Amino acid sequence: MSSETKQILTTDGIPLEVSLKKAEKKNKIKAFLLVAPLLIFLFITYVFPIGEMFTRSVDDKMITNMLPKTFKAMEKWDGKELPSEEVFAGFYSDYKVLIENQTQGKLGQRLNKEKNGFNSITKKLMRQIKRNKIDESQSIKEQIMKVHKRWRDVEYWQAIKRTAPPYTMAKYLKGMDMYFAADGSIAQVDEDRRIHRILWLRTLEIALFVTIFCFLMGYPIAHLLATLPMKYSNLLMICVLLPFWTSLLVRTASWMILLQQQGVVNDFFVMIGLVADDNRPEMMYNKVGTYVAMTQILLPFMVLPLYSVMKTISPSLMRAGKSLGGTPFVAFWKVYFPLTIPGIGAGCLLVFILAIGYYITPALVGGASGTLISNQIAYHMKTTLDWSFASAMGLMLLSGVLVIYWIYNKLVGVDNIKLG
Amino acid sequence: MSKNPEFVKFDKVDKSYDGKVLVVKDLQLDIAEGEFITMLGPSGSGKTTCLMMLAGFETPTNGEILLDGNIISNIPPHKRGIGMVFQNYALFPHMTVYENLAFPLRVRKIEKDEIDKKVDKALSMVSLNGFETRMPGQLSGGQQQRVAVARALVFDPAVVLMDEPLGALDKNLRESMQYEIKHIHESIGVTVVYVTHDQSEALTMSNRIAVFNDGKVQQLSNPAELYEKPVNSFVAEFIGENNTFNGEVSDISGDKCKVKLSNAEILSNAISVKSKGEKTTVSLRPERALIDPSEKMDNMFSGKIEEVIYHGDHTRVRVNLLGNPEFILKVPNSTSNLELKVNQDIKIGWNSYDARALDPK
Repeated sequence: MSSETKQILTTDGIPLEVSLKKAEKKNKIKAFLLVAPLLIFLFITYVFPIGEMFTRSVDDKMITNMLPKTFKAMEKWDGKELPSEEVFAGFYSDYKVLIENQTQGKLGQRLNKEKNGFNSITKKLMRQIKRNKIDESQSIKEQIMKVHKRWRDVEYWQAIKRTAPPYTMAKYLKGMDMYFAADGSIAQVDEDRRIHRILWLRTLEIALFVTIFCFLMGYPIAHLLATLPMKYSNLLMICVLLPFWTSLLVRTASWMILLQQQGVVNDFFVMIGLVADDNRPEMMYNKVGTYVAMTQILLPFMVLPLYSVMKTISPSLMRAGKSLGGTPFVAFWKVYFPLTIPGIGAGCLLVFILAIGYYITPALVGGASGTLISNQIAYHMKTTLDWSFASAMGLMLLSGVLVIYWIYNKLVGVDNIKLG
Repeated sequence: MSKNPEFVKFDKVDKSYDGKVLVVKDLQLDIAEGEFITMLGPSGSGKTTCLMMLAGFETPTNGEILLDGNIISNIPPHKRGIGMVFQNYALFPHMTVYENLAFPLRVRKIEKDEIDKKVDKALSMVSLNGFETRMPGQLSGGQQQRVAVARALVFDPAVVLMDEPLGALDKNLRESMQYEIKHIHESIGVTVVYVTHDQSEALTMSNRIAVFNDGKVQQLSNPAELYEKPVNSFVAEFIGENNTFNGEVSDISGDKCKVKLSNAEILSNAISVKSKGEKTTVSLRPERALIDPSEKMDNMFSGKIEEVIYHGDHTRVRVNLLGNPEFILKVPNSTSNLELKVNQDIKIGWNSYDARALDPK
């Protein structure tokens, strides 16, 4: 049609499209400027730290920078036999520089992580160098090999070569209780030393059960909130929100008072004769404590989305279900429940994601069997100072959450989420 | 098939929500099988409460409700077999039209083929074939309304309750839906209890109308009688338009009485007055009073035109008559060659049998 292809002009003769774009451009800029502070804030507080975390978790540049000549020489080495004279000479001159800068200790520590026994032989080599026992005119390979028999072991040189790339996935493997074996393949840690996998599973288990408990307890509360007359529902809402307004630490501490062996709950059980006084059950410093405290703390996150969804469901729908012949259960299950699924999805997702990264409560009431992966991350941040490992585990946690979100999206659909 | 005249029976039903105020007082109401009965009244008059008691969502505080001779006060809603159309349709938003209609059949464990047949029949009744797979959100208000009606009828209930089902529709759609519902009722002969506050809706659709006010049935009769012969001033006021004169009975003989106003005396039907000296409100429909009547009428007075409003098919004339400045006349435009002007004095007459002396307002 000619009318479709014909360009429409404004009264000033400018094409309508151009004119429209011009008119809207100003608004677009204004809108962007309004959201810009938030965008910048998000970038600084979210995108940037995560990027930083990622580079830290894979960063392995330290040795690459410490032993430049060694790695250059190693490029030609096939890694099967002992390396050539060139490699030994490169290592010798790199190491001498480190000794002069007094940073040789870090190399020993780092290499020791890669393979046990490096610390002592590098120290031994350092002493030989300091005493000028190494004659640079002679074959350096022969002299180093004489320092300690391990320097004659090809495995140690293979270990050095493995540290050559500036980036490594080793931290991620460690988080899964795996490591690069001598031949570069991925191997499992001995069974009795696999702590991380247990922690991951426990974190998932606790998050899952806390979500289920929150759902079982939150659903009736939310329903009551949505159906009670305003004056009662407001009061109940305050009861739900009150814990929200109390400091997390205070709430956790109050659970410690309640749950400890000489605590209120145990006293009550003894009083009503449920347990013997000399046989009080341990409800804290184990999973029970973590479950109880986390469920209570995360309950509002389940109740609020459920409530907001239930509030929108007309009571006449249940009535319609009943008047059409459905028993109260059928009316609930076929009519009411399906309509609350967006709220259930939002609540469960929220609680699960919060629970999977929970830190303070399990740290305080969890004990040894109730700690989660986040406590392990904190441990590496504060105690071992292995930040790259902490970053790697943090990122694994984040990607785990994203995977769950993706699965949720496939199952329920994120569009169906209603947060209020 | 003989029709049971007491198919649904409210027997001395009282209902109170708070133990202080009765929202339904001593309700005595019989509904015949196959009847279309409308509960009409202003909001808060107790009509919806009656419907809810019949549906089983509220229990009577006192008295019994009988369905086909059986007391149903203790039967839960889902076992009563009463269809209901709700004010906001209450279609299940997560189900398709087909699933909505199949719901009452599925809970009754009816076989799939049978369900298909019944759903198809119900949809063709409301002329919505081909909409099976639509979601309620994709339908217009009128279509949703029809689905709701079809859903209430699909399981062949003995009684269908409708709670202001057309309240959310616009005027034209509402009128066409009124006829549609009326025709469905006529074709399948189900008993319908309809609640509305719209009097024209009630007059159009019902066999009988129960006018509710203040928790009581004020009058129960067919539409014509309700309009022509209201038994009290509330009904006269609530149904249609109404001119009133407040006065005192000065003379009464048989079913006629004389009512003395401040400056005149009018002749009227004695409906709820018994003796001389009683205060009364005389009610007269606007179309029963004529301007310059050619024949002799027993009430003839003159008044001054205050306002003339053109309404297309008729003209409304507001006259100051006998001290009542709100006296309305309806003059049909087709026959009217009258020159009506404001401030003109005109003669107005009506027959005493069209005027009804009711209880005082």
